[in-house]
Amino acid sequence: MSVAHAAPQSFWRRYVFSTDHKTIGKQYIITAIFMALFAVTWSILIRIQIAWPDQMWPFLGKLFPGLYESGVLLPERYLSLVTMHGTVMIFFVISIGLVSGFGNFIIPLQVGARDMAYPLLNMLSYWIIVPACLLMLASFFVPDGAAAGGWTAYPPLSALPEALPGSGLGQTLWILAMALFIVSFTMGSLNFITTILNMRTRGMSMLRLPLTTWTLLIASILGVLAFPALTAAAIMLLLDRLGDTAFFLPEGLVLGGRVLEGGGGTPLLFQHLFWFLGHPEVYVLVLPAVGIAFDVVATFGRRPVFGYRTTVWSLLVVAVLSMIVWGHHMYTSGMNPYLGEYFSIMTVAITVPFAVLGMNLIASLWRAQIRLTSAMLFGLGIIVAIGVGGLGGLWLGTATSDMYLHDSYFVVGHFHLMIGIVTGFGMFAGSYFWFPKMFGRMMSERLGKLHFWLTMAPVFVAFIWMHWLGLAGHLRRLYDPTTYDYAASTQWMNVVISYALFVAAAAQILFVVNFFWSMFRGARAEANPWEGASLEWTTASPSPHLNWDTVPAVVRGPYEYRVEGAEDGYLPQAETLAAVPGGTG
Amino acid sequence: MNEPRQTGHIVSIIALFLGIMAMTVVGFSVDWAPPVASVHGQGVDAVMDYLLLTTGTILVIASLILVAFLWYYGRGKQPASHRISARTERWWTLVPVLGMALIAEAGVLLKGLPVWEQVYGHIPEDALVVDITAKQFEWLARYPGADGEFGSVQPSLVDGQTNPAGLDRSGSGADDIVLRNVMHIPVGRPVHVRLRSLDVLHSFSIPAFRVKQDIVPGTVGRTLFTPTRAGSYELACAELCGMGHYRMDGRIVVHSPEEYEAWLAEQTAKVQ
Repeated sequence: MSVAHAAPQSFWRRYVFSTDHKTIGKQYIITAIFMALFAVTWSILIRIQIAWPDQMWPFLGKLFPGLYESGVLLPERYLSLVTMHGTVMIFFVISIGLVSGFGNFIIPLQVGARDMAYPLLNMLSYWIIVPACLLMLASFFVPDGAAAGGWTAYPPLSALPEALPGSGLGQTLWILAMALFIVSFTMGSLNFITTILNMRTRGMSMLRLPLTTWTLLIASILGVLAFPALTAAAIMLLLDRLGDTAFFLPEGLVLGGRVLEGGGGTPLLFQHLFWFLGHPEVYVLVLPAVGIAFDVVATFGRRPVFGYRTTVWSLLVVAVLSMIVWGHHMYTSGMNPYLGEYFSIMTVAITVPFAVLGMNLIASLWRAQIRLTSAMLFGLGIIVAIGVGGLGGLWLGTATSDMYLHDSYFVVGHFHLMIGIVTGFGMFAGSYFWFPKMFGRMMSERLGKLHFWLTMAPVFVAFIWMHWLGLAGHLRRLYDPTTYDYAASTQWMNVVISYALFVAAAAQILFVVNFFWSMFRGARAEANPWEGASLEWTTASPSPHLNWDTVPAVVRGPYEYRVEGAEDGYLPQAETLAAVPGGTG
Repeated sequence: MNEPRQTGHIVSIIALFLGIMAMTVVGFSVDWAPPVASVHGQGVDAVMDYLLLTTGTILVIASLILVAFLWYYGRGKQPASHRISARTERWWTLVPVLGMALIAEAGVLLKGLPVWEQVYGHIPEDALVVDITAKQFEWLARYPGADGEFGSVQPSLVDGQTNPAGLDRSGSGADDIVLRNVMHIPVGRPVHVRLRSLDVLHSFSIPAFRVKQDIVPGTVGRTLFTPTRAGSYELACAELCGMGHYRMDGRIVVHSPEEYEAWLAEQTAKVQ
């Protein structure tokens, strides 16, 4: 059957208000790159302040007049930078880049569908993200600046403008932008789930799905289950701020020498609602990167992933456990100590399925035939980051050691390894891997390898050393870490970490240049430049509107590499395109 | 597709990965923390020693396996088959599952739980009770005074200069001792700190004691510790509480029991 609908011809329908999942995926990825430029810039300002808290920066004061006063970064603006860096990175770079971006692009191609289940909903989900991004960025320019209560936005700090300059209009915009984000992300997740469950091509059973799609399915289910709690929390916080309610405000708060009226709520309620989302959200971000790592390691290791079934089971166990351990962010919050122990037991149990995932990734190199492409390098980097970051997580998951490590730089180092590096490397590996399919051109391998080396070495120095700062007692979110005498003897590490991160940040210019240069000038790509076996490699590069002339049917799993007697040494998931009439078009 | 000169590249990657592993293990082994000065703090440190030993061992083993695979299968040679027997696959899963479960849960239950109990368990009869009120951006320590009874506190009585904690001086609060940003305690005796906040979330953190307890406005929290060494220690706010969060520091002065009694008598006299 030939394609029923011709591709839309007008520029606006093709590139702007497109319902094509591939275009929407690319829009998300480019939006994420755009937002990352801001978030990385803010992190540089943060690192300058932490490493050299006593220095004046007249030059930066000229560049960012709202943040600096006579060359000194204002403490409340420092907190805005920390808050916005975290919020934008988690929700507007990793969530929309890795999950929405790569998810949109790759799911229909990997399951053998012509598009997402609801293309119009898909377009809407992207066009809701755009105002959300603009609102977030605009909040820097309102009186009293952007939200400054941390990405966790704990009340009462985030509820009362008297408590913190950033808790004025900036915090309201933050909540509205987050609400739009949640609407968009929920629409996207529903689309992903429906597409994966209902739109698979003939022969594509669940246990023939490539692992990237599996992880995106699980991430989407987690997102749909967990985000409503944050939606509720955001609405209640908004009402506390604007509507004189007191969901999160107890009686008798004294701020600015005045006793606040009303009350009767508790900030702990917000913490529970926030982390009921916040913890699964970590896995929403990490799992797709793990999935990409499996696909990349299998393709460039030229062998099937090790233990496909145990991997799928482990992913499911991780997902279930991730929903019932949110309290490990609150060991020191004053909650019932028995509850704390429950959360601790369940939390460290997650290391069990995660160890299986990590060991299966490693064993996927066993008797492999490794091809060191840029994508593979970042895939290997993910394995190392999961190892170091995951084992560090055990220190925080154990409630007793968390008493010392909570809210310290140990936590900052840990979550940067897991939801910064694992996910960031997932996006890089995915870019180098699928770029040919996205744009019909190859990215420069030479620049890609340089990008890997200049990123991997400094970020591991920076984020592993942050763990040591945490062991030395350095607390997070401090405008001036030298306030405390016990921390002074290890302040030199902050300087080293800052330099390392400047190198890593500069290295990202290589990626951005490579990405946009290759889009127009890269070498033309074949349909299957990496000799991949899964379905996305059976269509042209770039793949056409509606993906295939004839949707292929699937006869085997996605990783049949190095099969004896097979032509080219591997067996594609689809038998032959011509032999399969019809399809689900 | 096979890259001809890959050996050099794979060797440099192996060196990078081994370097990261070695850096991690060596760096974590350094004793960075301020010297411990509380009873349960020694237990917290013991948990971290346990975690260092176990997670460090796992990291080294896993890294060596990864690096070995890179060395054997990364230099362009072609192993005949990728097949691995089902039996080996089962062991490959079973060992991490059992190993991780044992190591992780033993850490929480056998090593961690008894220490958790020391902090959150029963408060001994002879514990010294100190009442801490946190506010943006200072600590107020309160002692019951000569009558041994704490007075009540009311938000409406708070006055930044004269009555920062909002203490009702009319009843048993008349002789309460209130200190700003410093707390005096004797060595060797359990200290039960009652925690309140006037405004936002704070966290009562004494790194040398391995104490960290959030303070939730609207509730009276608690923490319990026994200092083991006399001296002066830093008190930090560990929960973001506003623009002055970074300078919300205080002092904990630990005296010998005799010194403490002398100090207390002097303070009691001052109030009366």
